[in-house]
Parts: sequence; structure tokens; C-alpha cells
Amino acid sequence: MTDTAWIDAALTSARPQAVGALLRYFRDLDTAEEAFQNACLRALKNWPQNGPPRDPAAWLIMVGRNVAIDDIRRNRKQQPLPEDAAISDLDDAEERLAERLDGSQYRDDILRLLFICCHPGLPATQQIALALRIVSGLTVKQIARAFIVSEAAMEQRITRAKASVADAGLPFETPGAVERSERLAAVAAMIYLVFNEGYSAGGDTADIRKPLCEEAIRLARLLLRLFQSEPEIMGLTALLLLQHARAAARFDAGGAVILLDDQDRSLWNQKMIAEGLALIDKAMRHRQSGPYQIQAAIAALHARAARPEDTDWTQIDLLYGALEVMQPSPVVTLNRAVAVSKVRGAEAALDMIEPLASRLSNYFHFFGVRGAFLMQLGRSDEARIAFDRAIALANTSAEAAHIRMHLDRLMRDSAGAGK
Amino acid sequence: MLYAILCYHDEDAVGSWSKEQDAAVMTKLAVVQDKLTRQGRLGPVARLLPTTSATTLRKDDPPVVIDGPFAETKEQLLGFYIVDCPNLDGALDVARDLAAVNPGGAYEIRPVGLLNPGSLPT
Repeated sequence: MTDTAWIDAALTSARPQAVGALLRYFRDLDTAEEAFQNACLRALKNWPQNGPPRDPAAWLIMVGRNVAIDDIRRNRKQQPLPEDAAISDLDDAEERLAERLDGSQYRDDILRLLFICCHPGLPATQQIALALRIVSGLTVKQIARAFIVSEAAMEQRITRAKASVADAGLPFETPGAVERSERLAAVAAMIYLVFNEGYSAGGDTADIRKPLCEEAIRLARLLLRLFQSEPEIMGLTALLLLQHARAAARFDAGGAVILLDDQDRSLWNQKMIAEGLALIDKAMRHRQSGPYQIQAAIAALHARAARPEDTDWTQIDLLYGALEVMQPSPVVTLNRAVAVSKVRGAEAALDMIEPLASRLSNYFHFFGVRGAFLMQLGRSDEARIAFDRAIALANTSAEAAHIRMHLDRLMRDSAGAGK
Repeated sequence: MLYAILCYHDEDAVGSWSKEQDAAVMTKLAVVQDKLTRQGRLGPVARLLPTTSATTLRKDDPPVVIDGPFAETKEQLLGFYIVDCPNLDGALDVARDLAAVNPGGAYEIRPVGLLNPGSLPT
């Protein structure tokens, strides 16, 4: 790695802590971000000459704070900026600051920074964009690319999100235990959204959106390092790792969806799977189940199966059953039905999803799954109707293409039967 | 004399490497390792998974199991090498070679008192 690449990595990793602390000082997001930006510029000048500071985050907080305070003073009195040397002599100051930065305080700083992105008034896409901008430090251009919108549109979206956050008032009091756990849950949900935004991309855009998955995993690990004993955060991190481990096998070269059963399992990332399994193992020891742990446990059963036929569908059915109790949702039931079809057959699975029809009448996967069950039962005409509806509801061209493949097979089969 | 070269680094920084950066560092480290292997001086090498996957057993009575690594420090133990060197200077040379291709963090060099090579298939 070149020197600048190393500095870039150090700046990226220090960002959440540094911006979080600067936000606590200045109580204003724009000021905090600008202070961090200025500190980074100084770091790019200073670090190659003087070597990396012992604690990059503390250095950036210190410098960012000083530069911003100078700016404020200068604007007030129109005085010139102090010489660079005046603020570069940081050795002692850094030491003292590092001592003052006790663990629990910066833990709350980072949590706050993540938490303000989860403001309930913000639509999901704005939460994600805001988190990627202020916590991860991705450029507007990078975020716009991941969302496949213009840079101007993304700029506007982020500006609007920041304004809503500022209007709502930032929560600066040190959170109590209940509040902290509420914030933690909101932040976990937001990280899951970031991941999903990348994961649910079609094959044509999967590569562009993959950074969203990687960033979500980085944020989940960050959160887990701050809250080492939270089984649900272990579960969330495990879930993201286990899902993302399959990334290379999920689409063919043409961008078409490859279902779990048909994936080349040698393309699964074994290192991510190992880490995911280790985390879910740790989480289970706490005997405090939760939705992320259950979903991770389901993903773990898939990851552990060397071949599709080795999958423990009975256990997956039970886990979805537990998830239904904890988080009742027609989508969970729909997923459970897939496990049921493997264990008890398509008839039982179809019975299970029929009552969901009214609630999932606009849900692509409902009709895709229903069509597949009907096809297995040889009810081709009904299957065709379900697949047609699925195509009409497809969110990506890859989804539509996948269903079209089923339809083609139906057509072929019925043509064969007519002969 | 066998030396353990213990690799410490800020895990956040290493975790911020892109996949390409990580692969580039590993490739360069492999070059250093190959040289040692040809000289018959390289023992086991381990890269540990992130400390978030760590669990600590404190040998209290009864033993207490804690989530996370043993020490909550900025720089964590991320892996190690076992190398055969005539003396500390030799071990420091190896560490310098490794450091040249993998900047940041620190190497702790510790003489090995006992090495059981074990019987794991590799």
C-alpha cells in the first residue's frame, strides 16, 4: 500500500469517532463535518512528514476542534488564521486528549452519530444516504452511484435529510440505559437497511451496489466493537456476513438470479462464513434470542450445507416459526412456507400462504413463490397466472427474467404434453 | 532460537482496507514469507478473525466467560508468525521486512520457550 492509501484508511476508520466527538463539541452537523474535513487536509500534509500519530482519531478531533474554533474567532474579529505550526505541535496535547477520551464517552458519540441518521421522520432511503455520508464518509458522488441517481438529486436528498435532523434537534444528553438500548435497536435497523439496499440489487447493478453491503458490515462490526456483549448485534453482524458471503454466487455472468439451490457453493466466501458462524455461536450462548439471531441462524444452516440436499429444512422451518412469533409478518410466513414445501410438500406450503394473498397482493416474491408451488403440483395454468403477476410486480429486470425462465419451462412442458 | 512475531494494529484501520488493499498487502507479505520458507526458517503463521469474534475465559473460580478480546486496547493482536532466527537482530530484520510491506501498527518480538507443532493437517 502506498503512504496515501494508508492515510486514507486511517482517516476512514477514525471518521465515526472524530465526527461524533466534534458533533458533541459544536452541536452542529455541518460545523462538525467541516472541522473533520479541515483536520483531514492537515493530516494529509502533516502525516507523511511526521509519521502517523499514535491515536489518529484523537489527533483529528484535536486539530478539527482547533481549526474550527479559529474559524469562528476569525469570522468574529476578522483576524488572520494562525500559522500551521501553531497547531501542529500536538504531541503533549494529544496525550492529554487521548486520556480524556474515555471509552464510554466516545461510544456514545458514535452511537449518537449513527442514531441521528435513524430519525423516524426520514424515509429509509434518506436514512441510508445520510449514514453513508456522515458516518461512512462516502462522497455524494459515490452514494449517488450506488443509488443510481444523479449527483444533484442525491445532494438534494442529503441536504433535505440534514435539515430534518437539525429541525428535530440533536440528542446531546448522555443516554440512560433504556434510551441507549432503544438507540442501539434503531441503529441496528438502519444498518440492516443499508445492507438490504445493496443486497436486493439486481444482477445488472449488484456490482455497483455491493459497496453498500460492505459498508453495512463495517458499520455492524463497529457497533459490535462498542457493544461487545449484545447478542442481537452479534446476530446482526453474523447475518450480514453470512448473506454477503454468497454474493459471488448469486448472479450469473448475464446478471440473472441464481437461486440458493443452484448456486456454485465453492464461490461462497468461506472466511466470511467462518466469522459469521463464530459470531452466531457466541450469540447463542447468551440465551437471549432475537430476530437478527434467528435470521442469522437460518443463514448459518444454509452456509453449513455443503450441498443443497444437506440443508436442514426442518430446523429452518422451526426457526421461521420462532421468528413468526417474535415478529409476525406475512413475509416471514412466506419464507417459512418455502421451508415447509421442502419438509411437508408444496400442498402444505400452498395452504400456508393462501391466507396471505390479500396482504401481499403487490409483493413480487409472493407470486413467484406461489407460482413455484403450483408448478410443483402440476397446476400449470394457475402457475402461469401467478408468474405473470410476478413479472408485472418485478422490481429489477433480473427478477423478471428469472420468472420468465419459469414461464418458458411451463410453456415447454405443456407443449411437450400436448404432443 | 525461535521467535514469535506478534502483529498488533488498530483493527478499525485494518478493517477499513478495501478488498484490493488487503489483497495487495497479503501478496507482499507472501513474498517475505516465501523467502523465509525457502531458508527453512518459517514456522506456523496465523491471521486471526476480528476481535468481535473473540471470547475471553477469565480463570477466576469459577471461570468467567466474557465477550470480546482479553484487552480493550486500541491496538489488538491480529495474528502472529513463528520464525527461526540466530538472534534478536535477525528477528528484528524479519519484522522490518514485514513492516516495509505492511505499515502501521507494531510487531512485538518474543522468544519462544516451547513450541508444540501440533498435528493439524494444513
